[in-house]
Amino acid sequence: MSGELKKEQVLAIIKNKGNAKEKLLSILLAIQEASGWNYVDKEWAKLVATELEIPLTKVYDVLTFYAMFSTEPRGKYVIEICKSAPCHVAKADSAVQMFTEELGIKMGETTANNLFTLQYTSCFGACDLAPVVKIGEKVYGHLTREKVAEIIKTYREGSRCLK
Amino acid sequence: MMQNFAKVKKKVTVTIDGVQVTVPEDTTILEAAKKAGVIIPTLCHHPDLKPRATCRVCIVEVKGQRRFQTACNTPVGEGNEIFTNTKAVREARKTVLELILADHPQDCLKCVRNQKCELQKLAYDYQIREIPFTVSAKNLPLEDSNPAIVRDMNKCIKCGRCVEVCQEVQQVAAINTAHRSEEFCISTAFEEKLADSPCVYCGQCVAVCPVGALTEKNDTARVWAALDNPELHVVVQTAPAVRVALGEEFGMPPGSITTGKMVAALKRLGFAKVFDTNFTADLTILEEGQELLQRLQEGGTLPMITSCSPGWINYIEKFYPELLPHVSTCKSPQQMFGALAKTYYAQKANLAAEKIFVVSIMPCTAKKYECTRPEMRSSGYQDVDVVLTTRELAQMIKEASLDVDTLPEAEYDAPLGLSTGAAVIFGASGGVMEAALRTVYEVVTKQDLKDVDFKMVRGLEGIKEATVDLAGTKVKIAVANGLGNAKVLLEKIKAGECDYQFIEIMACPGGCIGGGGQPFGTTVAIKKKRLEALYEIDQGSEVRKSHENPAVTQLYDEFLKKILDHEAHELLHTYYSARKD
Amino acid sequence: MSKIMPLISANCGKISPASVEDYVRAGGFSGLQKALKMPPTQIINEVKKAKLRGRGGAGYPAGSKWQQLYEIKHFPKYIVCNADEGEPGTFKDKLLLEKDPLRVIEGMTIAGYVFNAHDGYIYIRGEYAALQDDFQAAIDSAVRAGYLGDKILGTDYSYHLHIMTGAGAYVCGENSAMLNSIEGKVGRPRVKPPHLAEVGLFQQPTLVNNVESFANIPTIMQIGGEKYLSYGTVDSGGTKLICLSGNVANPGVYEVPFGLTLRDLIYDEELGGGPSGQKKIKFFHLGGQSGPCGFLSQLDTPYCYQALRDKGLSVGSGAIVVMDESVCVIDYLKAVTEFFIHESCGKCTPCREGNKQIYALLDKFAQGTASKEDYALLQRLSTLLAKASFCGLGQAAATALSTCLKNLQAEFDAHIEGRCPAGVCFTKQESGEQ
Repeated sequence: MSGELKKEQVLAIIKNKGNAKEKLLSILLAIQEASGWNYVDKEWAKLVATELEIPLTKVYDVLTFYAMFSTEPRGKYVIEICKSAPCHVAKADSAVQMFTEELGIKMGETTANNLFTLQYTSCFGACDLAPVVKIGEKVYGHLTREKVAEIIKTYREGSRCLK
Repeated sequence: MMQNFAKVKKKVTVTIDGVQVTVPEDTTILEAAKKAGVIIPTLCHHPDLKPRATCRVCIVEVKGQRRFQTACNTPVGEGNEIFTNTKAVREARKTVLELILADHPQDCLKCVRNQKCELQKLAYDYQIREIPFTVSAKNLPLEDSNPAIVRDMNKCIKCGRCVEVCQEVQQVAAINTAHRSEEFCISTAFEEKLADSPCVYCGQCVAVCPVGALTEKNDTARVWAALDNPELHVVVQTAPAVRVALGEEFGMPPGSITTGKMVAALKRLGFAKVFDTNFTADLTILEEGQELLQRLQEGGTLPMITSCSPGWINYIEKFYPELLPHVSTCKSPQQMFGALAKTYYAQKANLAAEKIFVVSIMPCTAKKYECTRPEMRSSGYQDVDVVLTTRELAQMIKEASLDVDTLPEAEYDAPLGLSTGAAVIFGASGGVMEAALRTVYEVVTKQDLKDVDFKMVRGLEGIKEATVDLAGTKVKIAVANGLGNAKVLLEKIKAGECDYQFIEIMACPGGCIGGGGQPFGTTVAIKKKRLEALYEIDQGSEVRKSHENPAVTQLYDEFLKKILDHEAHELLHTYYSARKD
Repeated sequence: MSKIMPLISANCGKISPASVEDYVRAGGFSGLQKALKMPPTQIINEVKKAKLRGRGGAGYPAGSKWQQLYEIKHFPKYIVCNADEGEPGTFKDKLLLEKDPLRVIEGMTIAGYVFNAHDGYIYIRGEYAALQDDFQAAIDSAVRAGYLGDKILGTDYSYHLHIMTGAGAYVCGENSAMLNSIEGKVGRPRVKPPHLAEVGLFQQPTLVNNVESFANIPTIMQIGGEKYLSYGTVDSGGTKLICLSGNVANPGVYEVPFGLTLRDLIYDEELGGGPSGQKKIKFFHLGGQSGPCGFLSQLDTPYCYQALRDKGLSVGSGAIVVMDESVCVIDYLKAVTEFFIHESCGKCTPCREGNKQIYALLDKFAQGTASKEDYALLQRLSTLLAKASFCGLGQAAATALSTCLKNLQAEFDAHIEGRCPAGVCFTKQESGEQ
C-alpha cells in the first residue's frame, strides 16, 4: 500500500502550492490527499524536506504534531467522530456505536478492505448537529441508524468524492 | 527583528525577597536574584542556551501579576517586587517536581547519572519524599545502535536542551521535538536509528543533558577485560583536552592541570605504557604543514581544512561531500597514534601487532565512531581498539578506588609520550592553527620564530579570521568552532566567496575542551578555565614548536623516512567518502 | 420584542456569499469606503468608543490592541485573522466564513489600512477545509471588484489577503502558536517576551484578531463607535454571536445584544428553548472548554464581559454548552480534561503532566476509589495549571474543574462515598469495598 505517489507527482504538488517554507502544511495536506490512503510516506516527506530546504526532523515534527496527518496508511475514507464534551453530552457515543456496529471494527481500526478507518477527533465546529461525523471534508449531522447505513453504502459504492 | 532604539542600557531597581537590587534593564529575574543572594532553581535552563521556559521549575511571584513568572526568561521591570520563596511558590515548585518525577524512572541507584543528575539534585533540595501522582513507566527500548551515543528516552524530561544544541548551535538537526501531549518526545525523523540519521556523534546533546537520557556508549568493561587479559599488551594515549578537565570529576576546580596524576592513575590501572596523543599531534603538524605548503606551491585545492575532529569529518561527509577535496588527507592524531602503536612501537618493543591493544582517552564521543571506521586499519588490525571519554576514565579511576589527591605524579613513557607546547593546544579552538603556523612559519621563512604566540586565533568566538604574515608571504586563515559556524564558512567556500588558504574546524563549541565526552555541567565559564590551563601548559613547555620534538624527528629517521612519503602516506593519511543519502 | 439582533449576521443565508453585488446591495463595503477617507487614528478612536472586546475568547479590548500596535514604528506590519475556531461548542466563525466572507474581508482590509499593512493572512483551521476554496472565491471577487488587492478603490493603498491552513491543533488558536503555524512550523506557543505586537509574523509587528472581531469593524465604521456601544452594555459594546449546544432544545448560533441574562439565552423560546429532554438543566459551560462552568444560581447574571467576570464566569468564545441532570459532573470533567490532554502541545510540565494526572484522579472519582486527599490534589493541580502553565491553553485547562470543585463539591463528596447522582459512574460495591 505504501509508495503510491511517484516522485514527479510529489514535486508537482510542491510546485503547485508554492515552494516556500510557510507552505509546508498545505503541501503535506495535499500530498496526503493525493496518496489515496490518507497518509504521508517517509520518502515523500524526504522530498519535501529537500525541496523546501527544511531538515527532515522538522517535517516529521509537523507530521506528528498536527492531528490531521498520519505517517501510516489509513483507509480510503477516514470517518472522524467527535469526542469533545458538547458531543459527548449530546450522546456522541451513539455515533460511535452506530459506526462500529455497521462496519464491524473498533475505534482506531481500519476495515479489512482498507476502505474505512474509524477514529476519534476533537471538535470540528458542528456541535449543533450532534451526533455528528466528518468524512474527509464532509460533515454529516443528526445521525440516525438509517442515515449511517446510507452514508456507508454511498461510500462503498464510490459515488461520493471527497471534495 | 526587534527594533533597537539607540540603547544605552537603563538601570532598574527591584526588590527580591525584600532585598533591593539595581541591574541593567533587560536582566532576567534569574540573574537579578543572584545579586540578592538567591539562586533560583532551574532545570530546562542552560546558561549557554536560549531560555525555553518549559519546565516551570524557576517560577516566582511578582506582585501585581496573577500568574507566576518564569525567572529564566522574564526581564525585571522597574519597581517589581519579586518573591522567590513564598508558600505558594514552594508548593507550586514542589508540585512541578513531583509531576516530572511521576513521569520518570525511579531508579537513581542504578542510573548512569547517579550523583551527577540535575533532577536528582532538585528532588533532594526540595525534600521530595513521596510522589502523590500516578507513576507511569514507559518501557521504551534503549537506542544504542551506534558506537558513540546511547539514548534512553524513558529518562527524558523534555527540557529541550539537546534539540536547541542540535538544531540551532550545531545545525545538524538529527533530533527534534515530535508529537504532542503525552506523546511529546524528542526523536529522530521517523524514529530512525541515530546511525541512519544525520547525527555526526559530536555529543553536544550528551553534554547538555541534565539527566541520564543521553550518555556515551560505555566501553569501560572492554578496557577492564583487555587489562585483565595477560595475552595483551595494553597501551593508552591521552588527548590534550582531558588533562585540563579530568580534575573536575574529583572535585578540583575547573582548569586544574592534572597531567601527572592522570598518567599516574593510568599506570595504576594497569596500562603497560602510558603515551600521549600530543606526540602524534606534533606529527600531524609536520604532515599537515607540508601538505598545506604543497597545495600552496602546486596549486592544490584551497582552502585546505583540518581533519582532526571526527564530528566535523562526519559532518562534511554527510552535508557537504562535494567539498571533501578541501579536507587534509591527514588522519587525526588519535588514529595516527593507533597506526604507529601497532607498527613503529610494535617493532621497537619487539611485540606482535595483534598483541597490542590500543586505548585512547578522549574528550570526545565521535572518536568512538572514528576508531571503527573501516579505513582505520593501516596496521592490519583496528588501529585504535577502544575509545574512552574523560568521564569514563574517571569512572575507572573510581572503580579502582584510587585516591587522586595523594597520588604522586608520573611521567609519560617513551617513545610515544614526548610532546611540545604546540601539541597541547590542539585541545583549544585555534590550537591546531596556531601549532601549524609555528612550524609553517619556519619552513617558509627559514627563520627562527621568536614569538610563538598567535593570539588572534585563540578564544571562544565562533569564527576567527586573520591574515598571517610569513616574512612577506601572506596567508589568510580562518578558525571555526561549532558546526553552525563551520556551515557559514562552507557556504562561503561553495559560493566561491572566500579567499582563505587554511581553515581549522572543530565540531564542538570552544574546541575539544568543550567535547561531548567532557565532565557534565560544562559551561562557557568552565571552558574558559580549561583553555587557560592549556595555554599555561604551552607557556611552560620547554619546546613549543612541533618540528622541534626530538621523538618525532627520531620517528622519521628510524621509520617514516620522509614527510608525506610512502610510509607516512600508508599509515598517517586517509580518504573520505560522501555519506549524503 | 425579539431578543435576536442581527448586526453582523444579517446577511447569513440571505446573500450569495462570494457575490460582491449582493454584499454591496446589503450595505457592504460602505464601511471600507468611509474608512479610506479617515485618518487611522480616527478609526482607532471609533473602535475604542465602540468598546469592542476581542471575540475569540480572551476579550481583550480591540481599541487598546490597535492603539499599541499603531504606536510601534517598525514595518512591514501584518494583519492576521485567527480563524482557528477550535474551542469545542463554538461554531460561529464558521457561519461568518461560510455565509458572509466579504464582511470578514472588509474588516481585515480596514485594519490593514489603519496599520499601512500590505499583506493580511487568514489562518483557517484544517477542519474547515471545505470552506477554504469558497473563501478564496470571495477574495477573488473582491479583488476583481477593486475592494481588495492593488490600489483599492482607486486609492494608493494596496492590500493582499492570503489564506493559510491549519492541520488539526486546538493550540493553534493561541496567537503565537498560530503565527508559528502560518510560518510552516509546529504550532507550539512562543516564549514571551517579546510579544506579538513587536515580534509577530515573520518577526514583524502583527495584529491578530478573531473572525467575529473583524466582522464587527465594517459595522463600527458604518454606524460609529458610540452607536455600536449603545446596542450592548456600558462595558461591552455591540452584539455577540453565541453558540448553544448540548442538552438544549434549540442548538445553534444566535446574535444577541450584550445585557440579556443567561436565563434568557438558555431558556427563551427564541433562543435556547430550555432543556432538550425531560430532565432539568443541571449546569452549563461558558466560553468553551477553557471557560468556567456556571450553575443554576447564576442564571440571572447579565451576559456581558464585566458582569460575568464579577461572578467568576466569562464570555470567552460565546459558546454555551448546556448539561442536564443526566450528565455526571465527574464524567463531564473527564471529557473536558481528555480534550486538553489531546490538544496540549506537550512542552510545559504543568499542562503535559498536570492534565494527565488530573484525568487519573477524576477517574478515581469515577471508579469510586477517590479520597479527600485526591480532592485536595485536584485543587493543587488546578491552581498550578492556572498559575504556572506556559500558555493560555494550560492556564485555562483546569478552569472548568476549579469552578466545579468550588461550586459542586457535593458531587465530588458523593463520588468519594461511592454514589453517582446522575447514575453514570461505576459505584462502590455494597460489600464494604474501600
